[in-house]
Amino acid sequence: MNITLRAWRQEGPSDEGRFETYQVSDVSADMSFLEMLDVLNERLTLEGLEPIAFDSDCREGICGTCGVMINGRAHGPQAATATCQLHMRSFRDGDTITVEPWRAAAFEVIRDLVVDRSAFDRIIEAGGFITVATGSAPEANLTPVPKEIAETAFDAAACIGCGACVAACPNSAAQLFTASKVSHLNLLPQGSSERYIRTERMVDTMEQFFGSCTNHGECEAACPKQISIDFIAMMNRDYVKAKLNNRGRA
Amino acid sequence: MSAVRLDAKTPPGPLADAWDNHRFSLKLVNPANKRHFKIIVIGSGLAGASAAATLAELGYQVDVFTFHDTPRRAHSIAAQGGINAAKNYRNDGDSVDRLFYDTIKGGDFRSREANVYRLAQLSLNIIDQATAQGVPFAREYGGLLDNRSFGGAQVARTFYSRGQTGQQLLLGAYQAMARQVGLGKVKLWVRTEFMDVVLKEGRAVGVVVRDLLTGEITSHSAHAVVLCTGGYSNVYYLSTNAMTCNVTAIWRAHRRGAAFANPCFTQIHPTCIPAAEDFQSKLTLMSESLRNDGRVWVPASPDDDRPPRRIPENDRDYYLERIYPAFGNLVPRDVASRAAKRMVDAGHGVGARKNGVYLDFQDAIARLGREAIAARYDNLMEMYNRITDEDPYQDPMRIYPAPHYTMGGLWVDYNLMTTIPGLYALGEANFSDHGANRLGASALMQGLADGYFVLPYTIGDYVAKFLNEAPVPTSDEAFARTETELRERISGLLSMRGARTVDDFHRQLGRVVWDECGMSRSEEGLDRALSYLPDLYEQFRNEARVPGDGESLNQTLEKAARLEDFFELAMAMCVDARHREESCGGHFREEHQTPQGEAVRDDERFTTVSAWFWTGDPTRPSLREEPLSFDNVQLTTRSYK
Amino acid sequence: MKKRLRLTVSEAFTIFGQSMPTSPATPAPVSVSRRRPWPVEFYRSAVGKKWVMGITGIALLGFVLAHMIGNLKVYLGDGQLDSYAHFLRELLYPLLPKTVTLWLMRTGLVIAFLLHIHAAASLTLLNRRANTAYRGPRDLAVASYASRTMRWSGVIVAVFLLWHLADLTWGVTPMAAEGWTPGAVEANLVASLSRGGVAVLYVVANLLLGIHIYHGAWSLFQSLGFAHPSYKRWRRWFAQAFSAAIVIGNVSIPIAVWTGMVG
Repeated sequence: MNITLRAWRQEGPSDEGRFETYQVSDVSADMSFLEMLDVLNERLTLEGLEPIAFDSDCREGICGTCGVMINGRAHGPQAATATCQLHMRSFRDGDTITVEPWRAAAFEVIRDLVVDRSAFDRIIEAGGFITVATGSAPEANLTPVPKEIAETAFDAAACIGCGACVAACPNSAAQLFTASKVSHLNLLPQGSSERYIRTERMVDTMEQFFGSCTNHGECEAACPKQISIDFIAMMNRDYVKAKLNNRGRA
Repeated sequence: MSAVRLDAKTPPGPLADAWDNHRFSLKLVNPANKRHFKIIVIGSGLAGASAAATLAELGYQVDVFTFHDTPRRAHSIAAQGGINAAKNYRNDGDSVDRLFYDTIKGGDFRSREANVYRLAQLSLNIIDQATAQGVPFAREYGGLLDNRSFGGAQVARTFYSRGQTGQQLLLGAYQAMARQVGLGKVKLWVRTEFMDVVLKEGRAVGVVVRDLLTGEITSHSAHAVVLCTGGYSNVYYLSTNAMTCNVTAIWRAHRRGAAFANPCFTQIHPTCIPAAEDFQSKLTLMSESLRNDGRVWVPASPDDDRPPRRIPENDRDYYLERIYPAFGNLVPRDVASRAAKRMVDAGHGVGARKNGVYLDFQDAIARLGREAIAARYDNLMEMYNRITDEDPYQDPMRIYPAPHYTMGGLWVDYNLMTTIPGLYALGEANFSDHGANRLGASALMQGLADGYFVLPYTIGDYVAKFLNEAPVPTSDEAFARTETELRERISGLLSMRGARTVDDFHRQLGRVVWDECGMSRSEEGLDRALSYLPDLYEQFRNEARVPGDGESLNQTLEKAARLEDFFELAMAMCVDARHREESCGGHFREEHQTPQGEAVRDDERFTTVSAWFWTGDPTRPSLREEPLSFDNVQLTTRSYK
Repeated sequence: MKKRLRLTVSEAFTIFGQSMPTSPATPAPVSVSRRRPWPVEFYRSAVGKKWVMGITGIALLGFVLAHMIGNLKVYLGDGQLDSYAHFLRELLYPLLPKTVTLWLMRTGLVIAFLLHIHAAASLTLLNRRANTAYRGPRDLAVASYASRTMRWSGVIVAVFLLWHLADLTWGVTPMAAEGWTPGAVEANLVASLSRGGVAVLYVVANLLLGIHIYHGAWSLFQSLGFAHPSYKRWRRWFAQAFSAAIVIGNVSIPIAVWTGMVG
C-alpha cells in the first residue's frame, strides 16, 4: 500500500516546527507503524536528509517509550494499543496520516516526535513508592491480600508511563497516570501506612506540571492498558482525606 | 594485561555457609563514612535500580546514568513469565538445594557452584522485598501468594504478576530508587549514555558519558563503577530485546581490560512469532507456558502448501512428541529451538515465508473447551492476533526461535567485580550464574539478587580502603585522555557519509551471526564468519552513512556507535564458539552431537569458563580459563527422551 | 505595626488559585513550606477545587430541582404560584423572622455560585497554561458535547441567570415586561414569557442548562470520589434522568405560556 505521511519536524526545543509531507510506498500491511517510520527514515538517510526522530524501545507495548499522536488520536486509531503495536493494516492504501508529538506544556518537544516526559518521574519521586529499605521486609506471606484487592491494585499498576493520558487530555492533565500509581499502592495493605502523605505529595507535585481533570474520559480511551478513570475518583477521595488527615503537619 | 589472574574469590568451606562466612569476612564501612564514597551505576534495569536504591539507603552517594528518558524503560520491564524462589509454599519438596541443583543442571554444568547456591538462598529475600514494595504478585483466594511451575521445572516455585512480572518488579525497584532521588541520595542522569570507563593505575575511577540531547561529553569520577547494562542479543539484529539494548558498556569495559566470559553462550527462545516481512525490526516472544497446552507440528512433506486445517492427521509430524516421547512438547528451550530449526531447514517450515512451525491448540480446545484455554492464554492469543492478524483459536499459531538472553558477559568474581578493580558488573551484563543455559524465571531472580543483596555488601569491602580519599578529580589526565579518544571516535562516526544505512549493516551483521553462531555452530561456519566479519566491519566504516551532527539528538549516531561494538563482539562470539569444542546448553557445535542429534559435552576439557582479554584485534583475543569444580553435584548428561 | 493585606492578582492566585506549571527538568520541591488552614490548603489544589465544584454543584442542582418543582405550581393557576412565593418568604416563621430563611438560602446560593465560578475560572486558567494546542487535527474519542462545552454553557447560563433575576425578581426593564409588579409572580411570569423572543431565550437557556448539568451531575461523582462498582453504572443514568427532568419541567413553562395553556 502507499501512504502519504504528514510528519511533524522540529529541530530542537526552540525551533518553531512544521509539518512535512512524505510519500511512503510499498508499505506492507504486516508492518508495524514504527517499522513504516523506520523504512521512511532509511530512505531519508540515503537521500541525504535527516531521519525523523522518534522514541521507541521494546516494541511490544510494555516499556512505554513510544507514543505519538496519529490522526489526532494518542497512539492512533486502535483501542488498547500502544503505537509500537499498531500495524499498517489499520490503514488503507492511499490514506494520509498525520503524526505529531505528544503536546503539553510539561512535555517539551525535544526533536521531531520526541518529547520530555520527566515530569512523570518527579511525581513518582514525590511519593510513588512504599518505604521499605532493602533487607527490612517481613516474610512475604505474613500479610495476606484479598485476591480481588490484589487484582484491582494490579489493574492500576499496569500503567506503562507512556503519557498518552496527558496527550489525549484537552487539559493536559496527568490524573490517570498519577491515580494509577496512587491507587496501586494505596489499595495494598503494604502501602497503607503512607497512604495519605503519598496521596498529598503526588497530587501536589502533579499539579505543578499538569492541568486539572474535567472528566472527559479521553485518558481512559487513549490508555494502551485501559486503566479505568475509577482510579481517578479513588485518588480524589483519598486526597480529601489526606488534606484532612495531614492538617497541621509541617 | 597478561599479569591478570582469574581469582574467583570463591569462599572456602561448605556451600551452605559460604555466603554467610564471606559476608562476615568482608570489611564494613562505618555508616557515617558511607556518605564520603561515591558510586556510579550505569543502567537502571532490575540490577541497576535495585543496586542504586540499596546503596543509597546504606548512605553511599550514588549517580545513576541511563540512556532512556526515564529509568523505568529498561528492558527488564518486558520479562513476562515470573521469578523463581525456593519458598516451598506449595509443599512440593522445593528447597534452596533443589533450586541450586536445577539451576546448575539447567546451565549444563558450566556455572560456579558457590554463586548459584547464593542465588538460590537469596531468592527467598527477593520475594519478601518485592512483596513489601507492593509488587502485585498473583494471589490465592486466601490472600497468600500463588505459584506456578514454569519452564519444565518439577516444582511450582515461580511467582508471577499476570504476564508482566518483569514490569512489576522493575517498577518496584524503580520506585525504591525514585524515593532516593527524591531524598537527594541518588542523582539521576537520563538520556545520558555511558561511553567509556576511565582507569587510573589499573583501577576504575570514573566514566565518560555523552548527553544524547546536546552531544556534550562529560567526565564523572567515583570510588567504584557498577555496570548493569543487560545483554547483547541485539547482535543478531532480530531478537526479542528492545531496540536500544546494546553491548557498548560492557564491551568498552572489555576493551579497557575487563575479561569477557563465555560470549558464545546465548539463549534462543523457542516460542516467538516468526518475522513477517523484510523490515521486521524485532521479534515478539510468546510465553513459554503456551507449550503446556499447544502441540508443535509441521507438515510431514516439505512441499505441503495446504492451509493447516486441511492437512490431515497422518500428514502431520508432531516431531517433538515423536523424538522426545517422555517430555514431548515440554523439552527445554535449547532442545525445542534446535528441533524447530532442523524442521525449517529441512523445508518443513510453515507460513508464507516458510519460517515457522505450528503450535496448535485444537486438541486442547477439544479436550478442555475454548473457555478454559482462553482463561489461561487469552492475553497471549490476543497479542498474537494483534501482530499477525490470525486467530490462534481457529488456526494454529506459527512460532520460531529467536535470540532472547545472553548468559555470557563480563567475567566477575564472587564479589561481582570484574578483572578491573573497582569495576563491577551485575545482572545479565555479567556471566555469573546461568552457565551455558538459563532456566525460565531465573533472569529476574539474578538481577535482583545482585542488586539488592550481593553488591551492597561486597562493594564496601573494596571502597573501604579509600576512606579519606576523594575520588580522582575529573581534571585528571586520565579523564582528559579518555574524553579526547571519545571525541575523536564520535567525529569519525559523524564523518561517515557512505551510501548504506547503519540499520542495513546491522541487519547484515545479524544474519551472519545468526547463521554461523546462532542455534547451531560448526567449525566451518565459524571460520567463514571470522574471515567475513572483519571485511564487513571495514565496509561498514567506509560505506555507512551517519547523517546529522553531534550537537543535538542524533539517533543514527547512537546506533552507529553501538553497532561498532556489536561488530567486535560478534567476532569474539565466533572465536569463543570455535574454541569451545563441545556442545553444551545454548552452545551447539554440530561436530559434537550424538547420532540422534543430541548435544555432547566434553567435561574433561571444558568444565571451564573461557575468559577473553582484549588484545586490540577482535579476532584474536587472549584466553584465560577458570576451571570449574563440582564438589556438591554430579555431572550428568541431560536427557529428555 | 499593622501589616496591610494587599495581594496582587498573581499572589491571590498562588493562595487560592493555581500556581504556574514549573519545568520538570529538576526534581520538584516536595515539602510544602507553610501550611495554611486545611480548607485553604485543600482549595488551593486543583483536585480540591474540583471537589468544591462538586459540592457546590450538588447545592445548585438541589436549587435547580426545587426551583423547577416550585415553578410547576404555575399549572395549578388560581394564584397558587403567588402563594408559593409568599410561603417561601415566610419559611420557618415564626421560628425565625420573615424572609430570614429565604435570605439565608439566597446567601448560601450566592456563595455556592461564586465558589463554583471562581473554581471553574481558575481551573480554566490552569488548564490553558498546562495545555499546548495540537497543530494537526484532534479526534476526541469519547469526550461528550456536554463535557467539552462546560465553560461556554456555564458562562451563558450565568448570564441568563442575571437576565432571569432582572426579569422576574428585580423587575428591571427592559428585561422585565411592562407592568411588572412585586409579588405578582404569576402575572409577571406570563407577561414576560408572552414576549416571543424571551420565550425562545428561556427555552434555549434551559437546554444549555440541561447540557451543563448533564455533565455536572455525572462528573461530580468522579470529582467527589464516588466510583464504587456497585453504583457506578447508575451515575450516567442519574445524570440523564436528572437533566431531562429539569429541562422538560422548565421548558414546558414558556411553551405553555406561548401556547396559551397558562395565563
